[in-house]
Amino acid sequence: MLTVENRPKRDGIILFSDYKAGSGIRRSVEMGRENVLFELRESKLKGRGGAGFSTATKWMLTAAASGEIKYIVCNADEGEPGTFKDKVLLTEYPDLVFDGMVVAGFTIGAKKGLVYLRGEYVYMLKSLERYLDRMRTYNLLGKNILGKEGFDFDIEIRLGAGAYVCGEETALIESLEGHRGEPRNRPPYPVNTGYMGCPTVVNNVETLASVPNILIKGGAWFAKHGTDKSTGSKLFSISGDCKKPGVYELPWGITIDEVLKIVEAENTKAVQVGGASGSCIPKKCFDRKLAYEDAATGGSIMIFNESRNMLNVLKNFMEFFVEESCGQCTPCRVGNVKLLEGIEMIENNEYTFRYINQLKDLCKTMQLASKCGLGQSSPNSFLSILENFKEEIFFKNGNGVYHG
Amino acid sequence: MLILEKNMLTEEIEKLAEQYGNSRASLMPILQAIQIKYNHISDHAQQEIARVLDIHPVEVYGVISFYAFLHAEPRGRNIVRLCKTICCEHAGKDLVEKAIEREIGVKFGETTKDEKFTLEFTSCLGMCDQGPAMMINNEIYTKLDPEKACEILSTIK
Amino acid sequence: MDKKDKLRAPVSQQPLKVEKPADTNTIGGTISVQLNEKKVVVPFGTTILDACKENQIYIPTLCHHSDLCIAGNCRVCLVEVEGMRTLQTACSFPITSNIKIRTSTENVRKARRHVIDLLLSEHYGDCYACVRNNNCELQSLAKEYGVDSFTFGHIKEPKYEIDNSSPSVIRDMNKCVNCRRCVRTCIDLQEVGVLEAVGRGNETKITTFMDKPLADVICINCGQCINRCPTGALHANDPSDDIWRAIDDPTKHVVIQTAPSPRAAIAEEFGFPAGTSMTQELNTALRRIGFDKVFDTNFSADLTIMEEGTELLHRLKSKIVEKDDSVKLPQFTSCSPGWVKYIEHFYPDYLDHLSTAKSPQQMFGAVLKTFYAQEYWIDPKDIVTVAVMPCSAKKFECNRPEMNSSGFKDVDYGLTTRELAKMIREAGIHLPEMPKSGFDDPFGEASGAGLIFGATGGVMEAALRTAYELITGREVPFKDLKIEPCRGFEGVKKASVLLEGCKPDYSFLEGVELKFMVAHGTANAMTVMEMLKRGEIDDVHFIEIMGCPGGCIGGGGQPIPTSQEIRTKRAEAIYKEEEGLPIRKSHDNPHITYIYEKFFKEGPCSELSHKLLHTHYTKRGKYIV
Repeated sequence: MLTVENRPKRDGIILFSDYKAGSGIRRSVEMGRENVLFELRESKLKGRGGAGFSTATKWMLTAAASGEIKYIVCNADEGEPGTFKDKVLLTEYPDLVFDGMVVAGFTIGAKKGLVYLRGEYVYMLKSLERYLDRMRTYNLLGKNILGKEGFDFDIEIRLGAGAYVCGEETALIESLEGHRGEPRNRPPYPVNTGYMGCPTVVNNVETLASVPNILIKGGAWFAKHGTDKSTGSKLFSISGDCKKPGVYELPWGITIDEVLKIVEAENTKAVQVGGASGSCIPKKCFDRKLAYEDAATGGSIMIFNESRNMLNVLKNFMEFFVEESCGQCTPCRVGNVKLLEGIEMIENNEYTFRYINQLKDLCKTMQLASKCGLGQSSPNSFLSILENFKEEIFFKNGNGVYHG
Repeated sequence: MLILEKNMLTEEIEKLAEQYGNSRASLMPILQAIQIKYNHISDHAQQEIARVLDIHPVEVYGVISFYAFLHAEPRGRNIVRLCKTICCEHAGKDLVEKAIEREIGVKFGETTKDEKFTLEFTSCLGMCDQGPAMMINNEIYTKLDPEKACEILSTIK
Repeated sequence: MDKKDKLRAPVSQQPLKVEKPADTNTIGGTISVQLNEKKVVVPFGTTILDACKENQIYIPTLCHHSDLCIAGNCRVCLVEVEGMRTLQTACSFPITSNIKIRTSTENVRKARRHVIDLLLSEHYGDCYACVRNNNCELQSLAKEYGVDSFTFGHIKEPKYEIDNSSPSVIRDMNKCVNCRRCVRTCIDLQEVGVLEAVGRGNETKITTFMDKPLADVICINCGQCINRCPTGALHANDPSDDIWRAIDDPTKHVVIQTAPSPRAAIAEEFGFPAGTSMTQELNTALRRIGFDKVFDTNFSADLTIMEEGTELLHRLKSKIVEKDDSVKLPQFTSCSPGWVKYIEHFYPDYLDHLSTAKSPQQMFGAVLKTFYAQEYWIDPKDIVTVAVMPCSAKKFECNRPEMNSSGFKDVDYGLTTRELAKMIREAGIHLPEMPKSGFDDPFGEASGAGLIFGATGGVMEAALRTAYELITGREVPFKDLKIEPCRGFEGVKKASVLLEGCKPDYSFLEGVELKFMVAHGTANAMTVMEMLKRGEIDDVHFIEIMGCPGGCIGGGGQPIPTSQEIRTKRAEAIYKEEEGLPIRKSHDNPHITYIYEKFFKEGPCSELSHKLLHTHYTKRGKYIV
């Protein structure tokens, strides 16, 4: 019996529910690939990495793309500040993740799956390899999986080496190919021209982990949870000023207030939703819902209480982007530096509102003109923090003392 | 470098290329293996890797320079990477940083004279709920305080 | 997989795999799109940029270059595609559905302006103190978009040290805008792999292996990166100050030789379209500048043909008659210093295949400081030889330590077309207004064979005209002496001529099919060398290789910009000029006959000619110390 070592007891509606390792694969073989795609479509599952592209569409496009060789890539380059849900899935629920990959391989006709594991998570490599070996013993990987003629699939784990931008799917593919992790132009999309020029599905760890349960319990069951546009549940990585930080599985559509209650946060001033590239939500908007259609997030929730200096928070984020920008496209390479310089001007009281407004204008260009998601989303926190914490930043300093 | 050492390195790289395949896609695994063993990827190693993979040495250098965990310049035997992202900062990273600097005797970004430690900052380690966190070589240590961090460092050989 | 498919620069974009119908008239072959107010029909898979060009809509570009693969990283060519959340780069976006494109919305204009502002904020230096002033793509963009102030500041201090270690190429990374054209040129176009983007984020810069000086890495000095740099970040090492000094020194006898390619291109520097030849106007201009004598490199090109052709016949004889296996065939040409350095670095074990003949530039230098000095009673130490070349590698070549067989430095200065144009302007001369004049004696006339050296395939064509006639006593069997298989811009060309009715001296060649190949650009040279390595072209006798795409007319010292269209026009100009010349075969050049009668009395490949006109090569290898 294939089991996962040391799985702690967690509660959740979908991912953190009971699952028998390998059963998702068995189910997919029974129902056939068309029905797998049908159930996925029914479930309205969207990519859990943050962009929220329909998983069924992605798989269908890849399945339909011309080419003998296809690949499944599991994006485990979880680098967004404040995100650590994939760490939990990979250490405690590898069965869900790998079963999801095998199902994906079966559905689109790929023979090989690659896991791009971020370099920081190298410590879990051995246990993952061990788990894959056990899957091979149980014929859940390898040739003629579960006795199905021609169903060959295997998984290889590759390590990243400390580059946040490699979480962007085309940069990740570049990195897998042995290049600098610089995002490609899109189109072509990986579903057409991906790893080694072959059609490739790149899915987040959590997306893949959602698949087995959808097959077993049905797409309609999955779609019952969450909201209309954001079905199912989401793993939230909650950190910052609260009593019970950690990873929680909660249905989509839950409000920020509700989340704060669950983790027992007090005196909360702001919540950063979606990591450094997300936006910062002030107290007066805590009734907003966490969902693709409202406050979208790849899972990162960072809580800041009244004692925190929001300009410092922003500066920390911008320093992160300056360092982690791949450096190929102009708006992101130079733009982030200009935003950081702007923050330093505010810090030193050397700013003019005219210039700050020019920077805000620049932010819009960065969102529109950058090559990949990093540059397109890095101005989010700049815009939202300067807007929502205007009084704190411009009218008095962090300690509540008015300037001059 | 002695000729003998050079030959050994060449042999090792050739063996790695055999193991991972001699296409460009094996560049990262080979670089990672050399980085772990030698704490950096020397210019000789880079050229040998370029030779076995049939790419230009400058491309190898370009790749190394892109990734934070790969180094072309010598580093200490143990690389300490302290997370500087906001949650760890709010959890007390600054105190840990100062304590480590005092204990080791060099600043972050530097290597000790005996080449035992290199201190570096890193972006989010994914331990935001257990900060401050640091990574020493392949191991991650969480919920640090200045005392605990220094204790951990004292056990590193 | 072919090596070429595998190698690519980091930002080289793999194109979308669209199965393009062979005929655009078939269903699905074309697609209609809304381009601003206009509905247009374009071939399936065309980029937005090309579609706009076809329809007279101008899209600014910076990182895009027609010779290179797509990068899409400067973000200047942004356009709006309806239904897409972000702006799209016109250079990289393939049209595969009925999209609606708008090229001049508020967002587009603002974004382009912001991108230019950001680039300028990092671009160190002043326009008037720059070699590319008035010919700078960043400057033009700033003008087009009405940049009147540095919105996001302007860098005050240089960030990087200027690398002037190389005799050919100078790198000033403070002016770099990270478009990576040079990287794509070096890695993808030329397959040399010296320049690469290094670092990440704002620290990204274009540099060499381990940041070493350019002189210490395996740069072949081809200068193709210079031709494609949009700014002054890469430029050639300019010796014009030293040349002015020599001209101003009354004790120096300063002579200049001009190669055919600069003459076919220099008019571009004065605002004329590509393909305007100004040879005779240039002669006058050079005399007015103060050069004591103006010579034609074509003379020594003819000399090269005599030496190289004779060498080939010797090799053929040793191989066929004497069955000497130490003699290597095919023989490679050695006129292109970029190619010579390339083979020294990348294929050092094949140097025996390279003709030992010096390049025309160096032959001329050696002849000037020996034969010419002797004939005209000038002390060779007072002669300063300048060579106007389309080439940056010639600067390296004339500084090679072995290039001093005359007892002096054979050629003192290599000057590029661009630098000469600058000198002409500096002297207050407007080139097109100059009266026409010829070259100076004793090398006044040259054959058309020397002239066509400028285009790829030209050396081969010239050599065949002479070799065939030497062997058979008849002209080459091609109409008007135009050996068409040598012409054109295909990367690697292969053809043959049958040798029949040979003269008694060459009876051993009777019935031999003389096989030859022509390649240009070092990427194609690599293809040829790999074929040689695999033993696929052991039956070929003679191979011409030029280091630069298009041959010398596309050289690294030619006017900027460059494109296939421009190179084609320059080549056409050369071929056209050649057709009208009275002498079109090297061995018919009376000055060649004269010099072999008077000076190299024992003929080509004799002891004296070996001393002065031939050279040896260095096994450099790829390892960077």
